Amino acid sequence: MADDLLIPITADVDVVTARQRGRDLAAEAGFSSGDQTVIAAAISEIARNILMYAKRGEIALSLVANGDRQGVVVVARDQGPGIRDVPRAMQDGYSTSGGLGLGLPGARRLMDDFDVTSDAGKGTTVTMKKWRRMNA
Amino acid sequence: MEVPILKQGHYLIASIQSALTDADLSQLREALIERVGRFRARGVIVDVTALDVMDSFAVRTLRDIAHMARLRGAETVIVGIQPEVAFAMVQLGLTLKGVSTALDLEEGLAFLNVQTQVRIDRGPGRLDRG
Amino acid sequence: MATKGKEAQSPLPDPQAQTESTAALLRELVAHLRQNRTQLREEWARRITRAQLLTAMTEEEIFAEATSVYDNYVEALETGTFEALQAYARNLSERIIPRGVETHEVVGIVLLLRDVLARSLFGKYHEDFDKLNRILDAYEPAANRIANTVAVGFVQERERIIRQQQEAIRELSTPVLQVRERLLILPIIGVIDPQRARQLTEQLLRAIRTNRAKVVVIDITGVAAMDSNVANHLVQTVEASRLLGATVIVTGLSPEIAQTLVTIGVDLSEMATVGDLQGGIEEAERLLGYKVLPLEDLTPKA
Ligand SMILES: Nc1ncnc2c1ncn2[C@@H]1O[C@H](COP(=O)(O)OP(=O)(O)OP(=O)(O)O)[C@@H](O)[C@H]1O
Ligand SMILES: [Mg+2]
Repeated sequence: MADDLLIPITADVDVVTARQRGRDLAAEAGFSSGDQTVIAAAISEIARNILMYAKRGEIALSLVANGDRQGVVVVARDQGPGIRDVPRAMQDGYSTSGGLGLGLPGARRLMDDFDVTSDAGKGTTVTMKKWRRMNA
Repeated sequence: MEVPILKQGHYLIASIQSALTDADLSQLREALIERVGRFRARGVIVDVTALDVMDSFAVRTLRDIAHMARLRGAETVIVGIQPEVAFAMVQLGLTLKGVSTALDLEEGLAFLNVQTQVRIDRGPGRLDRG
Repeated sequence: MATKGKEAQSPLPDPQAQTESTAALLRELVAHLRQNRTQLREEWARRITRAQLLTAMTEEEIFAEATSVYDNYVEALETGTFEALQAYARNLSERIIPRGVETHEVVGIVLLLRDVLARSLFGKYHEDFDKLNRILDAYEPAANRIANTVAVGFVQERERIIRQQQEAIRELSTPVLQVRERLLILPIIGVIDPQRARQLTEQLLRAIRTNRAKVVVIDITGVAAMDSNVANHLVQTVEASRLLGATVIVTGLSPEIAQTLVTIGVDLSEMATVGDLQGGIEEAERLLGYKVLPLEDLTPKA
């Protein structure tokens, strides 16, 4: 994926930038404005998690095609503390920071594909995709 | 970006103009709560028409504003949530439970007028600060 | 390096890669088709009519389209690029599909053109059999690819139109009705799959905004069954409507659907439900501040 859009996440403005770039990319790829909003909201959640739990990291945005489907791919990477119990973090209401505990499970509901890999002490990578039928 | 807060009669109106960072949102919360006390406001309207996304932090902040304003005697109404934003919010699991909502500024004002009227009718028994 | 024996089999290589002989043969072919344009075009149009293809079109229309296809065809042969032909095929399909032209007709006319042109080549080169062979070898792969381009363009366009129509039918099957100012009714009938549920919600939310609705009655009397996915969606619709400032009343909830809602953890006391549509409308009017006559059959809340 050579033409990834890389957005470093080190401050709260970057969360806004990341979700706006995500929306722009989705719009460019022909996603409906409803889907653009959904993608932007999911990016906002995982970008904020980077900032909150890992302090810094990055978000890569790209487009993929698969048969007659086109997808927006969002990869969020950090080298923070990692998530000790991923299945638990994916549950509604689980939060170690007094939050709503809706970021990860909510983003999963918003997107079509969702994957978290995390190593305690090494960092976290969240990969998520939203698909759209082409020529529709 | 600082959100302008207008005082109109007994009401405070915060109209968000563009995308907000978490710091902007926290700042809005502080400013509103401080002003509710200072002006003894009866109602607060937060106009979010310009927001194209509402995530968990934004929702949590709006909920905090409503709860803290209520403790200080003001009713809060969130106006202008866009259809797509609302749909994304509920899919995420965000619902603004316990916070009033209205279609736009006009509706929000009408809602507050009814709300505060009801309270005056009920007499002073429900004053939260005393 | 002048001639290689491979070019005849290759499926029309791009112009740069063509060996000189194929290129020269195609040039000669193109010149022939240009010279005999009037006559070949007429012959083709005649054969189309005789084969009873494109019966939905008049003879003038057929001739006009035949001319355009012919010219695009020759151009594709000449340049080896298919973009213009592709665009034309799509445009043509867009025009003729609404008139009921079928896939077999489109494939039929392209094959007829191939045949008309091949016959004319026989006529011209029948004395030089060797040359005829080489010309046909150069012509055939190109002609096949052209036929393919046109047919695929047609089928794709047809699929696109069908999808569009399905979309339109779906829109129609879930009308949002405004019964009076600020009151919308959404009667849902039939089977709801996740896709339809989603569309329904988007439609309703937009309608709330444009009609400035304050109360919405969603009537699900006509919904036979609801799996937990769709039930979840109903709850989301109710919540999203509230975020826009509208109150939702659900009517016609069958005991089975009520059970499904409870099973997925919905607190039914938090959802305004009224037995039937009539009762729902009365409740809505009460909320809107209208005077309604008897109130006795409104289900009390909580
Ligand atoms: N990038 C990350 N690095 C380390 N831990 C993380 C990361 N992302 C999430 N977590 C952990 O997973 C938990 C759940 O995350 P989630 O985003 O669902 O909820 P939250 O951030 O606590 O609250 P909310 O997002 O609703 O405000 C977090 O509380 C945190 O412990
Ligand atoms: Mg989070």
